[in-house]
Amino acid sequence: MPQVVIANRLRDGIVVFLGADRRWMERVQDCAPAISPEDAEKILDLGLQAERDQEVVGPILADVEQRDDGWFPIKRREAIRAAGPTHRADLGKQAED
Amino acid sequence: MYRYDEYDREFVEQRAKQFARQVERRLAGELSEEQFLPLRLMNGLYLQLHAYMLRINVPYGCLNTTQLRKLAHIARVYDKGYGHWTTRQNMQFNWIKLDDMPEILLELASVEMHGIQSSGNCIRNITADEYAGVAADELEDPRVYCELLRQWSSLHPEFSFLPRKFKIAITGARHDRAAVLAHDIGLRLHENDSGESGFEVFVGGGLGRTPFVGKSIRDFVATRDILAYCEAVLRVYNQLGRRDNKFKARIKILVHEMGAAAFAELVEKEYEFIKDGALELAKEEVERIRMHFAPPAYESLPDVSPALESQKAEDTAFATWCKNQLAAHKQPGYAIVNISCTPIGKPPGDIACDQMEALADLADEFNFGELRVTHNQNLVFTDIRKQDLHALWQKLVPLGLSTPNHGLITDTICCPGLDYCALANARSIPLAEKISERFADQERQEEIGEIYLNLSGCINACGHHHVGHIGIVGVDKKNSELYQLMLGGSADENASLGKILGPGFDEDGIVNAVEKVVDTYLEIREEGEKFIDTYRRVGPGPFKENVYRAPA
Ligand code: SF4
Repeated sequence: MPQVVIANRLRDGIVVFLGADRRWMERVQDCAPAISPEDAEKILDLGLQAERDQEVVGPILADVEQRDDGWFPIKRREAIRAAGPTHRADLGKQAED
Repeated sequence: MYRYDEYDREFVEQRAKQFARQVERRLAGELSEEQFLPLRLMNGLYLQLHAYMLRINVPYGCLNTTQLRKLAHIARVYDKGYGHWTTRQNMQFNWIKLDDMPEILLELASVEMHGIQSSGNCIRNITADEYAGVAADELEDPRVYCELLRQWSSLHPEFSFLPRKFKIAITGARHDRAAVLAHDIGLRLHENDSGESGFEVFVGGGLGRTPFVGKSIRDFVATRDILAYCEAVLRVYNQLGRRDNKFKARIKILVHEMGAAAFAELVEKEYEFIKDGALELAKEEVERIRMHFAPPAYESLPDVSPALESQKAEDTAFATWCKNQLAAHKQPGYAIVNISCTPIGKPPGDIACDQMEALADLADEFNFGELRVTHNQNLVFTDIRKQDLHALWQKLVPLGLSTPNHGLITDTICCPGLDYCALANARSIPLAEKISERFADQERQEEIGEIYLNLSGCINACGHHHVGHIGIVGVDKKNSELYQLMLGGSADENASLGKILGPGFDEDGIVNAVEKVVDTYLEIREEGEKFIDTYRRVGPGPFKENVYRAPA
């Protein structure tokens, strides 16, 4: 199962996803998931290092799947973080797309 | 309402500046999240699913219009244009940026507000009857004691690191609107046989993982001794409350494990030791605080307003609103007005910045510049002249604040749930919206009558599901949301905890189940019998049978 590192950015709390070149991306579609469990461990380490470097808070791995418009979390909790509150399409990342 | 003195002002400003420096150090990388966490929690700042969340205290639910305008300003400038009233009569903002916090706290301090002790293992915002000071059934205004307890509990050095959070609620009226039996300490003002006023003290109530109804440990504590007595309770808890297991650390577990009588005995011993000491309330001090809550300049008016009566006769929508939203006031010619922040199909307790500003204008025009937040996530205008009700209502209608559902099934209590909250198992807001839409028909709601429907997104019970007549709690089952249904809870003077009716439901299933519960009630109720009384009379049997009956 492909996995991505998801965290909150320290300065504003905004949800971010680990992309290529250790860059934190605001859109889950721009993440760079790990395909193998070994790679997942590696990207989680990068996330934890970024937490120690005071860039993000609470990095965790989240399962993602490929959808028409790119990667998207499978679990509801992470899906809500990637999109925004389900009862208000005008809030969160879903409102910015 | 209470206004800060020099000491309060200086303290809150200092604290805002202190936290500003802590934020600076955090952003500069000098503090780790682990080090910063307790500091931000002390100031009401959480990290939730989408962003930081700031909880701002509204002491015992009392707000003035300057403060409400400031909250609107913060919503507009620093958040996404709205805020959320909580079941502790506070306000939460969901989209706060850490680097804005220093400014926000200074803005709040400028209107005598803050988030101190709105989180963490300390004494939290003290809550009270939202009709305090004006209710027709009130013995004495509890806000005086709320304020004295607020001052006593603010930064109390001995109680800043309790085993767990601690919640106190007070009612001064016969009918309990403050859910005092669901609190760590619940205080009920009453008179003893010699006409002296004092408190009955309940301890160990609470919801969450292990819910309990509070137990009375003393029938009467004279008002002057209430700080000393609460201090004695807190001391016993602080010493003996468990610190090894977060889930067993609340006072309710201690009281349950040792028994209320044994707990009361220890409190009495401690109380013997400290009573008649520094915590005894001097008459002058009580009077000084009471001055802050002096009634506004009421006019002498006849209790019946002919204008109002004819407006009601002419306008049925207005008459419906009056029937549901008004409560009896102490002062002839005045009414207490409940303003619903839970419109049909909308998130319970959310309020937009434009609405806040418009309400501030209305409170200035009609309500002596003050208003109240309720634990049901609504607002109250406490002092409306009956002759002004129609004018007020006409202005509430275009604001979307005239929903006449007070105490009806769509007036749900609902926590933020999985749409915002990092601890949630399931979403709660969309479900509250669906139930509200299902019962949107006003006539049907009124036909059903008083039902408190309370909804939480996890067992922490911020949505008070155990004490809803109908309670719903979300659980997570293999990445799908499952909702459990409880019946028979109540938060008033006859408090009881709801019991789970049977297996849980998915989102559509729970809406149907609620409808079946209501239909069952309508079928079997006796003349004039409220839902909770029917349930108490017949028990869960008939409800269970209907809800779980296989489709024919
Ligand atoms: S009840 Fe659970 S989901 Fe709801 S706000 Fe409280 S902790 Fe969050």
